[in-house]
Amino acid sequence: MSTVAHASTTDAATPKKKDRGGPWLSLLAWVVGLLFVLPVVWMVLTSFHSEADAATNPPAVFAPLTLDGYREFFSGGASPWPPLLNSLTASVVSTIVVLLLSLPAAYALSIKPVRKWTDTLFFFLSTKMLPVVAGLLPLYLFAQYAGLLDNIWLLILFYTSMNLPIAVWMMRSFLSEVPVEMLEAAQMDGANLIKTLRSVIAPVVTPGIAATALICFIFSWNELLFARVLTATVAETAPVFLTSFVTSQGLFLAQLCAAAFVVSLPVLTAGFAAQDKLVQGLSLGSVK
Amino acid sequence: MTSVAEKSRVGTAGTPPPGTARRASAWVRRAPLLPALIFMIIVTQLPFVATLVISFMDWNAYYPDERGFAGFDNFVRVFTDVNMRDAVWTTILLTAGVVLISLLLGLGIALLLDRKFRGRGAVRTMMIAPFLVVPVAAALIWKHALYNPEYGLFNGALTWFWGLFGSDNPPQPDWISNMPLWAVIFSLVWQWTPFMMLILLAGLQGRPLDVIEAARIDGANSWQIFRSMTLPHLRQYLELGALLGSIYIVQNFDAVFTITSGGLGTANLPYTIYQIFYQAHDYGRASAAAVIVVIGTIIIATFALRTVSSLFREESGR
Repeated sequence: MSTVAHASTTDAATPKKKDRGGPWLSLLAWVVGLLFVLPVVWMVLTSFHSEADAATNPPAVFAPLTLDGYREFFSGGASPWPPLLNSLTASVVSTIVVLLLSLPAAYALSIKPVRKWTDTLFFFLSTKMLPVVAGLLPLYLFAQYAGLLDNIWLLILFYTSMNLPIAVWMMRSFLSEVPVEMLEAAQMDGANLIKTLRSVIAPVVTPGIAATALICFIFSWNELLFARVLTATVAETAPVFLTSFVTSQGLFLAQLCAAAFVVSLPVLTAGFAAQDKLVQGLSLGSVK
Repeated sequence: MTSVAEKSRVGTAGTPPPGTARRASAWVRRAPLLPALIFMIIVTQLPFVATLVISFMDWNAYYPDERGFAGFDNFVRVFTDVNMRDAVWTTILLTAGVVLISLLLGLGIALLLDRKFRGRGAVRTMMIAPFLVVPVAAALIWKHALYNPEYGLFNGALTWFWGLFGSDNPPQPDWISNMPLWAVIFSLVWQWTPFMMLILLAGLQGRPLDVIEAARIDGANSWQIFRSMTLPHLRQYLELGALLGSIYIVQNFDAVFTITSGGLGTANLPYTIYQIFYQAHDYGRASAAAVIVVIGTIIIATFALRTVSSLFREESGR
């Protein structure tokens, strides 16, 4: 303890941050971080245990590792591949459509703004506040009428509308970063629209597009309610497939953890790879 | 509103040409916006019109012959339904509980991570992990791998901990049955604290450090600096986190559906409406409930939007 106090007094003398109890706060940060990641670590560890070792009390942390859980998940009952591929299709296609629609819209709300652009922007945000469950029934009845039930394109349509407001807000905030002077300079030099887009706007906005795509992909991949109501055996997505684990089925914990890990893996990978983009995206581009 | 628009982009807008040319140029400006706008109007506004119409109809898929006009019957049934009133209350508790707790935890952790220490990046990465688990998967893990009274990790840890002191009689509570709503809230707090932490950490790192340094040299202590400088600076980030968190958590379906299946007093509004529609197939009543929820949301959202637009004005005023 005495060394800690000593260190802090010397720190205070320099204009650096004063840190009384610094090591203890660092330790606390580590403990909190470990507590938060523990369920994820436990999920991964359990997925590599045998079913018997997974269901012990107290927990068998050092039990031998096995791939049985994964084997059972991939080839035990119904194959998870069609749902995983459906999720991938729905997420990727809807993200592309969202980008194609939101980029020009954001351009018309920032670079060359229409009149009342703030009202338009807030209209987009307000659709995000309306409870999705209220639109569930009409969409279901429409799908039934049009023969689109259990069709992945219906989900793509819905995911596009779910993410479009977020994307418009994000893209607008990124586009408004483009310095006015640069646009004017390009105009003076006689650059046409395409050239301005390519040489002035694209370099500033490309990271924003990546952040937007990441968020839209994650939200579409995670969605459960609509996928559950609007799909059945053909267009079933991965989260719907997971709901078969809601009721307990004897010794199934290792298999459940394997399933949860496999389905979360794309989001975990994308999210960790683009941590800084995550913040921008979640705050609709307002935090950079 | 328009004054903000003109102020912020006056440089590129230039002076609008008069007459028909002006109208044409207005349409040129509008054109890129139209696909997205029309798409949103068709996909989000039309269904609500349909919901409104159906809410005045007798329509139950189990009795297809009795379809017809019902007047306000559905609304009366929704308002007199005890389950609906409970659902409103549950939704408020669930949303407020998750948002407040995760915001406070997120603030604490953001302050811890705003310091330089060994492994800061690693701790940050660990903190983000819960948010990157698919919500259904996370709810399943909490339900079966953590809360389960026989082999869940929580009771397993209790057994192990009691065993350290030589006791073979550890408490083994049935977490979900004993405190169902809190079980749902905790699992959601676990997922949403990283979200709040990330936004607040970004806010902390945008603080004007020179001013804080000056205050410190003038002899202000850490608590004074936090109270009178950090917290006011963080206000808009706290509001942003609360608002976005509320938007998502008010609509939560996954955790309620997975952990308790809406039982034990945890059915929130989305789950209740889902049940009326998906299990009872009472389309009229589900629509009436949806209309009431939409009206309630509009009232609350008006306040929320006012908050965002005030933040927004600060931003464009910069």
